[in-house]
Amino acid sequence: MERRSFLQAGVAAAAATTGLSGPALSQGAAARTLRFVPQANLANFDPIWGTQYVVRNAAAVVWDTLYGVNDKLEPSPQMAEGHTVSSDGLTWTFKLREGLRFHDGEPVLAKDVVASITRWMPRDPMGQMIRAIQQELVAVDDRTFRWVLRSPYPKLIYALGKTNTPILFIMPERIARTDPFTQITEYIGSGPMRFLRNEWVPGAKAVFGKFDQYVPRNEPASWLAGGKRILVDRLEWIVMPDPATASAAIQNGEIDWWENPITDLVPILRRNRNIAVDIADPLGNIGSFRMNHLHPPFNSQKIRQAVLAAMSQEDYMRALVGDDNNLWRSLPGFFTPGTPGYTEAGGDILKGPRNMDLAKRLLQEGGYRNEPVVCVVAQDQPLTKAMGDVTADLLKRMGMNVDFVATDWGTTGQRRAMKNPPNQGGWSMFHTWHAGADCVNPAAYNAVRANGADAWFGWPDIPTVEQGVTEWFAAPNETAEKAALDKINTQGMEHVVYAPTGFFLGYQAWRRNVSGVVKGPLPFFWGVSKS
Amino acid sequence: MWAYIIRRVLATIPVMAIVALFVFSLLYLAPGDPAAVIAGDQATPADVERIRASLGLDRPYLVRFGAWAWDIARGDLGTSIFTNLPVSTMIQQRIEPTLSLMVVTLILAVSIAVPMGVIAAWKQGTTIDRLVMAFAVLGFSVPVFVVGYVLAYVFALELDWLPVQGYTPFSNGFFPWIENLILPAIALGGVYIALIARITRATMLEVLSQDYIRTARAKGAGQRSILFIHALKNAAVPIVTVIGIGVALLIGGAVVTESVFAIPGLGRLTVDAILRRDYPVIQGVILLFSFVYVLVNLLIDLSYTFFDPRIRY
Repeated sequence: MERRSFLQAGVAAAAATTGLSGPALSQGAAARTLRFVPQANLANFDPIWGTQYVVRNAAAVVWDTLYGVNDKLEPSPQMAEGHTVSSDGLTWTFKLREGLRFHDGEPVLAKDVVASITRWMPRDPMGQMIRAIQQELVAVDDRTFRWVLRSPYPKLIYALGKTNTPILFIMPERIARTDPFTQITEYIGSGPMRFLRNEWVPGAKAVFGKFDQYVPRNEPASWLAGGKRILVDRLEWIVMPDPATASAAIQNGEIDWWENPITDLVPILRRNRNIAVDIADPLGNIGSFRMNHLHPPFNSQKIRQAVLAAMSQEDYMRALVGDDNNLWRSLPGFFTPGTPGYTEAGGDILKGPRNMDLAKRLLQEGGYRNEPVVCVVAQDQPLTKAMGDVTADLLKRMGMNVDFVATDWGTTGQRRAMKNPPNQGGWSMFHTWHAGADCVNPAAYNAVRANGADAWFGWPDIPTVEQGVTEWFAAPNETAEKAALDKINTQGMEHVVYAPTGFFLGYQAWRRNVSGVVKGPLPFFWGVSKS
Repeated sequence: MWAYIIRRVLATIPVMAIVALFVFSLLYLAPGDPAAVIAGDQATPADVERIRASLGLDRPYLVRFGAWAWDIARGDLGTSIFTNLPVSTMIQQRIEPTLSLMVVTLILAVSIAVPMGVIAAWKQGTTIDRLVMAFAVLGFSVPVFVVGYVLAYVFALELDWLPVQGYTPFSNGFFPWIENLILPAIALGGVYIALIARITRATMLEVLSQDYIRTARAKGAGQRSILFIHALKNAAVPIVTVIGIGVALLIGGAVVTESVFAIPGLGRLTVDAILRRDYPVIQGVILLFSFVYVLVNLLIDLSYTFFDPRIRY
């Protein structure tokens, strides 16, 4: 007896005695509703204020962008019809497409775009760079705005269409005037779906409805670019903190698409003929641990190099993804494999058999005096926990004095910001990972920057790396870009900006009655239908 | 009686004040930073600092506690740092699933455990008694999440009788509501059934050896009447006390059960809030739980007068 007949029997029996109504099951409505399990809880819905990936992913269906990158990482016009640049590269004039509307029915105007850009700039690394050279940003008329810079910025269009958080989403002016460090309270979108706020139960469910007045572009969709055609009426995000529950739910047909099944459960899903499993994001992730360049022992370049010489990326990757060799590869560099910026220049120290003798010699040369290595490891994140365990073992084998701090991600986030010495509440190293989409170039890749006090946690101060970054931003062509990336990689490895633990991929799973699911750095809901 | 109730209700005020002070201080001293969580992994230290300032988390302890206590005194639980929603709204969104789960579990547990305990006492030393006690040991030993997974596998995945996860509001109809609660209630009820069944058995054994039970038998009272009218009513006070204490077990167990069955209740809200350091939500939910616990204890104290007329307040 299956659930429908089980229920019907129960309902019939009960109705006969009590007259209570039974469940209303509508297959038509079910086919028009796509039920999706996201990677995490949508705890807030301001993609500028909160830059978590889950917020970005939800925001991408509700707000549209001026430009969007496609699966070749090329930015294409989206809300923008196009742009012109003055011969000196300083004046950019943009024109909006006709027929663009916000979800409250109001037209999208140039002043809305100007306000949205103004709110986005202080929160985005590229935005901050542009703001520093901005002379003027004004709406010329309802559909045109002009951006005047004091010096050329060739990567401007890329900045407007990139997938890295925070994405430049276009909001109504009155909302975009909110301070970028204060959360918005209205969710009036410009994208293909409306956020149904009254159905939002943070931590449990978020619902989006198709926006009928959205005008998609005519070309086929490709990641954030092209025609964003929504083929379902309703999209339900159902938060499931327990992977086993999500696995059972997708097998049972209670959900349609699961963004990130854990690798342990993938064999079970593959055995189910109603479920398709494939790589979620070809750009994957880069595992990492950061060493604190401010304090001993990792203020010594040789000691940082000693760790690289001893570490085995295979150990880390197997701890993360198990025995599935399709899911990982070693990474003697900082940039995402398979993208134009990928380089192994200077990465020899991470290649070949691991050299514990060299590591111990470097430790000696670096003057290691048995200082405790305060290794902060978030235990509530499976990825950081697995990497932390491998690192603790590695350091002990190297003869280092490990002070393993097992904590949660919230505490790690607080502690890593402290510049105190490790024995005064600071830290020596922490583990994390970076989305491969963020690591295709230095544009939004905070972790590879080495600008001292302004750098990401660990505060590496390596002028030669920064020189490479500057050269990349100013690069007039691909050859020059490539040379700059080689320089960043070589210098970053030489001075150990951070330690990459390897490149790994993740899966996504969906029921076979769902079609149109693509691989990408975030789940794209346009073009996805359900039969 | 009324004077007693009023006294007890008034006594909850200092209890809640102490709970509030304790919870606030504990969270203040605990490590962790919601600003870092909000800012995301790519944020710079300056971004995190600015968010912390905008949330008022850089203010001194006394200023923050004073502002929060003043809001609480006015019935305002504050606003979630993350969702920007009032904590009272978030609790309102989540309270029905948790209440439903607790009520169904309570009804299920009491209706199974009390007869089990009574029968075990009646059949003391027999196979039935041993089976009941074995079940009780099992109920105590097997974690809720293990029972949950097994139930979901058998009844949802294999038999397809019930859903794996989720919650349907009662307003959508009784059957959609109950079908989502059956498996979680059984999983959550295991420990509770074991606890009540053991206490019922022990108390019944004591009562069944009393003189008045022998007198009832001598007067020709039937077995059912002896067990459920003469004995059970006199054994009720400790059983009801355990049921009340068990509410705390249910609150704790609901956290796990709601995660396993993806029920959007207060348990999950609490865990999510703790992991994110959403202080207003944690404080609000703990205050609510404390209040419920105090209230349940009051109701249990009052119920003693029903079961034992000798008790007077």
